Amino acid sequence: MASWKPWKISKITDMPTLIPPVNALDHVLGAPDATIEVVEYGDFQCPFCREAFFVVKELQERFASQLRFVFRNFPLSEAHEYAMDAALAAEAAAKQNRFWEMHDAIYNRQPELNEALLLTLAKEVGLDLQRFTEDLEAPKLLSRVEADFESGVRSGVNGTPTFYVNGKRYNGDYRELSSFLVK
Amino acid sequence: MLQKGEIAPDFTLEATPERKVHLKDLRGKNVILAFYPADWSPVCSDQMTLYNEMLHYFEKYNAVLLGISVDGAWCHHAFASARQIHFDLLSDFEPKGAVSIAYGVYEEKFGVSKRALFVIDANGIIQWSYLSPVNENPGADGILEALENLKNN
Repeated sequence: MASWKPWKISKITDMPTLIPPVNALDHVLGAPDATIEVVEYGDFQCPFCREAFFVVKELQERFASQLRFVFRNFPLSEAHEYAMDAALAAEAAAKQNRFWEMHDAIYNRQPELNEALLLTLAKEVGLDLQRFTEDLEAPKLLSRVEADFESGVRSGVNGTPTFYVNGKRYNGDYRELSSFLVK
Repeated sequence: MLQKGEIAPDFTLEATPERKVHLKDLRGKNVILAFYPADWSPVCSDQMTLYNEMLHYFEKYNAVLLGISVDGAWCHHAFASARQIHFDLLSDFEPKGAVSIAYGVYEEKFGVSKRALFVIDANGIIQWSYLSPVNENPGADGILEALENLKNN
């Protein structure tokens, strides 16, 4: 190739970085002084993300206080009918300090996902349902999810799930995250 | 492969068995060309699924996205319906690969387009191009950055 320009390649394929870095707006689980920071861009209806959900559970058990886990929304709403609804439901739960409860509940019951299930789960995790349904409609919540999505694209997310370890994109198989983190 | 500053070669290709897309008709808009090897293959599908979600972000930059492969119009039609793809997939089918060759992104060994991206400005000039390893989904960060640069110029 006569017009090969390595700098163009390196810019995109050399370990894209997380933009923006983890901040106060993020949903964070784990100690602030943890040495390992794992960020996932995920879609609540994506079956691979469900598999990764169980992988992350194992990571949290194995690495305990060494690990800080962050979840950002990357709903592929054209491919997955309820992905956006589910992302909004998790964000609405966050407004009542139940993000992780909702996040876990949705992944646990992903095969049954639909609008009715989201309401059922909202009830089960103990949300104020009136507030929940109002928040679901709020344009602010939608822009929050879209901001997550756009940050994902800028960070080099090209499918779900995509993981970042200490700010750098992890290009390997998520099932091998645990052995990667040990290194 | 054509580079920044070169004129984007004009083309007319089938988007569906009944409708053609003429590049020149899109003057006044930024155009993103995404050449890819084949409908249905796993990486392409992920890439096109991602771009499908990105359409309204591209619109913000006055940009329209066109996918191009050597698959026939009926194959594109089946692929687009199966994946609910909302942008045009063009057939570089007859003469086979002619547009891919004009842009310097035809893989002769396999008879398919390489995985390559071009951002063309409203005057038909290439402003950014990128060749991706064939097995790698290039994502959209490079496209967004190129569109952002266009907006700021």
